[in-house]
Amino acid sequence: MDVFSDADNLDVYVTGFLWILKLTLVGTLGAVVIGTLLAAFRVSPIPVLRGFGAAWVNIFRNTPLTLIVFFCYFGLYSTLGVVFSDDLELNNFWLGVVGLAVYTAAFVCEAIRSGINTVPPGQAEAARAIGMTFRQTLTMIVLPQAGRAVIAPLGSILIALCKNATIIGTIGLMESSNAMKELINSNGQAVFQIFFVFAGTFAVVLIPTGYGFGWLANKMAVKR
Amino acid sequence: MSDEALIVLENVNKWFGPLHVLDDVNMSVARGEVVVVIGPSGSGKSTLCRAINRLEPISSGTITFDGKPLPEEGKSLARLRSEVGMVFQSFNLFAHKTILQNVMLGPVKVRKEKPVEVRERAMALLDRVGIGNQAEKFPAQLSGGQQQRVAIARALAMQPKAMLFDEPTSALDPEMVGEVLDVMTSLAREGMTMVVVTHEMGFARHAANRVVFMADGQLVEEAPPTEFFANPKSDRAKDFLSKILTH
Repeated sequence: MDVFSDADNLDVYVTGFLWILKLTLVGTLGAVVIGTLLAAFRVSPIPVLRGFGAAWVNIFRNTPLTLIVFFCYFGLYSTLGVVFSDDLELNNFWLGVVGLAVYTAAFVCEAIRSGINTVPPGQAEAARAIGMTFRQTLTMIVLPQAGRAVIAPLGSILIALCKNATIIGTIGLMESSNAMKELINSNGQAVFQIFFVFAGTFAVVLIPTGYGFGWLANKMAVKR
Repeated sequence: MSDEALIVLENVNKWFGPLHVLDDVNMSVARGEVVVVIGPSGSGKSTLCRAINRLEPISSGTITFDGKPLPEEGKSLARLRSEVGMVFQSFNLFAHKTILQNVMLGPVKVRKEKPVEVRERAMALLDRVGIGNQAEKFPAQLSGGQQQRVAIARALAMQPKAMLFDEPTSALDPEMVGEVLDVMTSLAREGMTMVVVTHEMGFARHAANRVVFMADGQLVEEAPPTEFFANPKSDRAKDFLSKILTH
C-alpha cells in the first residue's frame, strides 16, 4: 500500500534527490564563480569585457532555462559532440550543470553588481589612494563588501537553482521530477501521496535554507 | 627652488563639463613644507588636492611628483599613489576590516612586506595616534575623530613622501576636531611634506609654512600664514577672511 515502503521505490526517490543535490551543489559553484567574474567584467574599465558581461546577462537571463538545457543536449552534445563522460547518465548530469550554471550566472552577476553599488565610492578611492591596482581594489575591498550585501538575494537565486534543477529531467537524468513521474506511472492510486512527499522534500530542505541565508546576511552585514 | 620641490603643478586646468574648476594653476611644494589650501567652497581646492595623486585626472597642464610627471594609469600610477598618503573628509576606512587590518593592508598587499614586521609598525602608528587599544575593532565601532586618526595611521603605514589632507576635519563633531589636528600638527613638526585643504584657520596659522588661497578655480594668493592673515593682498581673500574671522 505505502509506495515508499517498497525498497525499489525508495531507491528511485533517494536517487532522484541525490541528483538534485549534486546538480545544486556543482551548479551553484559554477554559477557563483562565473557570475562573480561577469560582475567584475561589467564594472571593469575595459569596454570589451563590459560588453561581454552585458551580452551574457542579456542572452541567458532572457532565454528559458528549458531551451538552454535542450541546447546543451542537442547542440553541445548531439551536434558538436561535447562529451563530459562515457557514462550516459553522468554525461547528462554535466550537460545539465553547464546549462544551470551559465543561466544562473546571469542572475548572480546582476545581484553582485547591485551589491557593488551599495559600497560607497570612497572605499574604492581609499584603496586606490594607498596604491592598490584595479584588481586588488575589486577583489580585496569592493567584492568582499558587495558579496556580504547580497547574501540574501543570492540565497533566493540558489533556491531557484535547486528547483530549476528538476528541468535537467527533460534531457533524461533520473532526478526528482522524473523519479516522481515514474512512481506515479506505476502507482496511479497514490498520486497525492507521491506528490506531497516530493514537494514536501523540497520544502523541508529549502525553507530552513532560506532562513539560514537570512541569518547569515544579518551576521555578515558590513556595519557602516 | 625647483630642485627642492617635491610637488610641482604647472598650468593645470580641469573642467567638469563646462565648469572650469582648476584655472591655470601653478604651484610647488618643497620637501618638508606644509601648505594649507583655503578658500570658499567650490573654489577647486579639493579638486587640486585630489589631482596630486590623480584621483582626479586633469584636463591639461603637468603635475610632477618627486621629479617625475604623474603616470597616466596602471601599475606606475598605483606605485606613485603608494608614495603619497591621502586622508579623506569621510575617513573611508575599509568597513569590513579591523582597525589593524586597515593599517596593515597597504604595506602587506601593495608593498609585499612581511606581515610580522608590518604589524609591529602598524601597532606603533596606532599607539602614536592614540588608538592602539582599539586595534581589533571595526571602523563603525569608533568615533569620527578616532576613525580619522586611524585613516592618518593607515596612510603613514605606507611611509609616504608626502601627505594630502582633503578637509580632514569637516565631517567631525567639533569636540573631535582637536584630536585630529593634534596628530597633523605633530606630523608637520616632524617635517612631513603636507598639502592640507581645510577650514581650520587655527591650524593654518600655527602649522603651515605657507597659505594658498583659492577662489573660482584660481590660485589667487599665497603667503606665509602670519602675512596672509594680517595683510591679505587680494580683495577676494580680504572678503573671505572677513566672513570667517569676524565670528
